[in-house]
Amino acid sequence: MSVVAHTDAAPHGASPEAPETGSGTGGVGESWRTRVTDLSFWAERASGIGLVLLLVVFTALDPSFLSSGNIAGILSASAALIILAVAQTFVVATAGIDLSIASVMTLGIVVLGQLYAAGTPLGLCFVGAIVAGLLAGLVNGFLVAKAKITDFVVTLGMLSAASGLGLILSDGQPVTVTEGFFFDISLDGPVSMVSWIVVLAIVVAVVAHVVLFHTRFGTHVLATGGSPEAATATGIRTDRVKLAVYAIAGLLAGLAAIIVVARLGSTPPAANTTYLLNSVAAVVLGGVSLFGGKASILGPVFGALLLTVLLNGLTTLGVSQYYQPLSVGVVVVAAAFLMRFQK
Amino acid sequence: MSTPIIEARDVSLSFGSVRALRDVSLTIGPGEITALVGDNGAGKSTLVRCFSGVHRPQSGTVLLDDWPVSFSSPEAARSQGIETVHQNLALVEDLTVWQNLFLNRELTRFGMLDRRRMRRDAARMVSELAVNVPEVTSRVRRLSGGQRQAVSICRAAGFSSRLVIMDEPTAALGVQETKKVEELIVRLRDEGHAVLLISHNFAQVMRLSQQVWVMRAGQCVAGRRTEQTTGEEIVGLITGAVAA
Repeated sequence: MSVVAHTDAAPHGASPEAPETGSGTGGVGESWRTRVTDLSFWAERASGIGLVLLLVVFTALDPSFLSSGNIAGILSASAALIILAVAQTFVVATAGIDLSIASVMTLGIVVLGQLYAAGTPLGLCFVGAIVAGLLAGLVNGFLVAKAKITDFVVTLGMLSAASGLGLILSDGQPVTVTEGFFFDISLDGPVSMVSWIVVLAIVVAVVAHVVLFHTRFGTHVLATGGSPEAATATGIRTDRVKLAVYAIAGLLAGLAAIIVVARLGSTPPAANTTYLLNSVAAVVLGGVSLFGGKASILGPVFGALLLTVLLNGLTTLGVSQYYQPLSVGVVVVAAAFLMRFQK
Repeated sequence: MSTPIIEARDVSLSFGSVRALRDVSLTIGPGEITALVGDNGAGKSTLVRCFSGVHRPQSGTVLLDDWPVSFSSPEAARSQGIETVHQNLALVEDLTVWQNLFLNRELTRFGMLDRRRMRRDAARMVSELAVNVPEVTSRVRRLSGGQRQAVSICRAAGFSSRLVIMDEPTAALGVQETKKVEELIVRLRDEGHAVLLISHNFAQVMRLSQQVWVMRAGQCVAGRRTEQTTGEEIVGLITGAVAA
């Protein structure tokens, strides 16, 4: 396969992961042509292709769109969403869904803020945010995997509970976090246009890819989502796998909380539902099957970038903010429609 | 007869008020195909699940090489060399052939999947057994019914399994594919695996098996060497028309 495979990327080019168009007869040109005319080829790469298209369109309409400052801004703005999309991917790969992901992130933000206000060293504030996310994720996982309550209901309940807990802990007040460290990680980076929080998001994505496609656990995640019966029959403990993916989602939501605080310099206690919708949207754009069993990390990462570029571009062009949710909705449904042609 | 690989002694199991198995005793010899026949609801699948670690008998014992065993899970039975080809095949459609062959048996190197070695070993496993060899890198979704069956049987035959249990392996297959799967079953036996075959197809049972056990209403009512019986007698034993 000459192009990066979204569904199960094999970094070793040695062996094709899935013969794309059957028999393998005919020359390279022919198979390439059949590939390009195959809608599934486009469906599997929807987020990457869409991202490039948007970049081209916005740059054509406003050449300053690709200025280094704007690129740096887009990348930093997408860091938290990339991490949430990766987190959501793990849950969706098991045919589940985590509707509480943004609320749990808000809980992490509040815990970070309260610890900071109490004079806790910054490192411990970070640990607090991550542990809070992890605990919420473990509760989700326990209720879904052990108590066998529908994921939709469990995480909807957690959506409300976590944001409520955030309001209780913070008394509804944000904490201003004026730390030079936050400016350093959200504005500076190892290379120009790439801040440290972007580096963090990339590291999370790379680790997630390795875990999903190069460990036993990752295979078991895909098997649990693809066919719970087959997974159980071969002795995979699907309940443990489910518990683990919700715990991972919670932990990553806690990590994303740090990024949001770093960018805002404050800890808003109100849940931001846009993050939830966009995390699911990025996963759908990335070609991950909501029925489980088929996943990709690169796809949702591109999906998160696409959504950020879309919002940034509309703002740059001076389109009213009111049009942004509408545009996200159209893009997501269009992507979902395209997925129907995926084989 | 040599020591049986697996033996059920007075195995009973009830689900609520339903007595699924009543004092079932039978043996499965090494290196041969043993058929298990009976009407729907006779208890064949339940008995098989006692061997494969899904159910545990409420009374009676299962003996492996003359030793009483109690499998806590399918995984425990697998680790003792008892593999099952499930009726639904237990394959994950969106995973590749090699990923399915090594499902929950993945080979790792330094904690990472050793994909290259699994692909290589999978190609060997498949080419040794299957007739219509599927590409090990293709997804199961793309395979025909017979190829899927072959993958599922290869998985059961690999990993030095001693007993392969097959629950109606050809029920959903066409004539050609059935023939190929039957060849595969015979090859399994010739390689030294014992096979326990559940089948409703009497011609198939007569063709393939060396030993037949007949179940009726939760009991094992008769056992025959295949060469000493006929299809008519087996049918009679199943329906109760012929006394055991």
